[in-house]
Amino acid sequence: MPLTPPAEPDPEPKMNWASFYAVISGVNRHSTGIGRIWLSVLFIFRILVLVVAAESVWGDEKSGFTCNTQQPGCNSVCYDHFFPISHIRLWALQLILVSTPALLVAMHVAHRRHVDKRIYKLSGRTNPKDLEQIKSQKMKITGALWWTYVISLFFRVIFEVTFMYLFYMIYPGYKMIRLVKCDSYPCPNTVDCFVSRPTEKTVFTVFMLAVSGVCILLNIAEVVFLVGKACSKHLHDAGDTSMGAWIQQKLRLL
Amino acid sequence: MSWPALYAQLVGANRHSTSLGKIWLSVLFIFRVMVLMVAAETVWGDEQSDFVCNTLQPGCENVCYDQFFPVSHIRLWCLQLVFVAAPTLLVSMYVAYRNHGDKKKLLQISSRTGFLSSKSPEEELEALKRRRLPITGPLWWTYFISVVAKLLIEVGFMYALYVVYDGFQMPRLVQCDQWPCPNLVDCFISRPTEKTIFTVFMATASSICMVLNGAELAYLVTKAITRSLSRKDGRPTSREKTWRGTNERSPGSLRRCN
Repeated sequence: MPLTPPAEPDPEPKMNWASFYAVISGVNRHSTGIGRIWLSVLFIFRILVLVVAAESVWGDEKSGFTCNTQQPGCNSVCYDHFFPISHIRLWALQLILVSTPALLVAMHVAHRRHVDKRIYKLSGRTNPKDLEQIKSQKMKITGALWWTYVISLFFRVIFEVTFMYLFYMIYPGYKMIRLVKCDSYPCPNTVDCFVSRPTEKTVFTVFMLAVSGVCILLNIAEVVFLVGKACSKHLHDAGDTSMGAWIQQKLRLL
Repeated sequence: MSWPALYAQLVGANRHSTSLGKIWLSVLFIFRVMVLMVAAETVWGDEQSDFVCNTLQPGCENVCYDQFFPVSHIRLWCLQLVFVAAPTLLVSMYVAYRNHGDKKKLLQISSRTGFLSSKSPEEELEALKRRRLPITGPLWWTYFISVVAKLLIEVGFMYALYVVYDGFQMPRLVQCDQWPCPNLVDCFISRPTEKTIFTVFMATASSICMVLNGAELAYLVTKAITRSLSRKDGRPTSREKTWRGTNERSPGSLRRCN
């Protein structure tokens, strides 16, 4: 009997997460150290795991969903009733929405560079080396950029928490049950329907939830770091009061 | 040619866009193309295989599927995204045409006056390629027409989707009595709730793009009006000052003797 080769996974989605990575990692240059760790955690433990593992676990979610009836349409209707939106789609949307605030920062940096370039041109410094230097220099996270960055962090946390809540609402307890009972039309009575790979799905749901929690903690740590840095900078600039010097000393010890 | 190739083309044209145009491009690629590719295509993947009718009559499922889904959502969205991206290529074509004309002029000048400039002709040509054209004159009109075209295409496709599927909601059950179905049969659509969620999401993203296009049109018109008013006063705008400065330098530097 001829062996059929395993179906090749569709390369298109991987290519798109890869181009998404290229877009988002461009922002990396202007992030803090914690921001870069967050980005690595996002790409390695969430996007990569989603593409490489989770998508195959949920691959047969509909074809493997079986109800104890031969009534045509009962399977579809019960599946739709218990799974209004699949975990995979929710995670994909969560990852896209959580990554986009970083683009706010990228846009702000681009705007600042544009303004710097115009100032250079108006002041007569049109040496192409100077203009190239503006492009490649790392922006300091101060002033309006600081606010944009902190606001983007808040949005990230809000999106993460919203999606975690959505997950909890749609799939109570984050657990995937083995058996659901369904009596929607056209099922003739209350039928038993069996979910495919419930334990594996629970394992991955808990894993993605844990990594999501880690990302939230990293974002909060980044906010605290930025606020602390801004405060210490203000104390430094506020002159050498004895109180200021004391607080600075304490912060340096931390 | 695939989505990343289209992205590469559009990013090239992006250099000559307004800031709103750049935001529009990001929204298009992240919230529409990406979502379509990584999420929506899998939701609609089994739309025909899992379209089940309550009958054993061969051919009934095919005929009923065809009646209720003349064009799949996914195909409509792909077409919409391709058509919406096309007017931006109008702008790149105009910029390429302008650059070609300016290149010829530059080569003519340098061949007439000889290579007496501090900058080599290759550097001059590179600077020409890399410069950002201000959105004035014929470029303004090209850009304006491209944004209007984008807006009309978006509206057209949203309307087509609404008309073909009678709203943005996907029903769970449709009733069909096309030949060869023996009587009025119930047909069940797969994943209707998930499809409704994604249809609403894509419609929202499309509306955001339409709002951005409208804002860009308003911005272009306002800029043109302020420019013509300040020109009437005889004062050149700051853009024109810097542009004239950049452009006049190139032929001027060729005339300088070392």
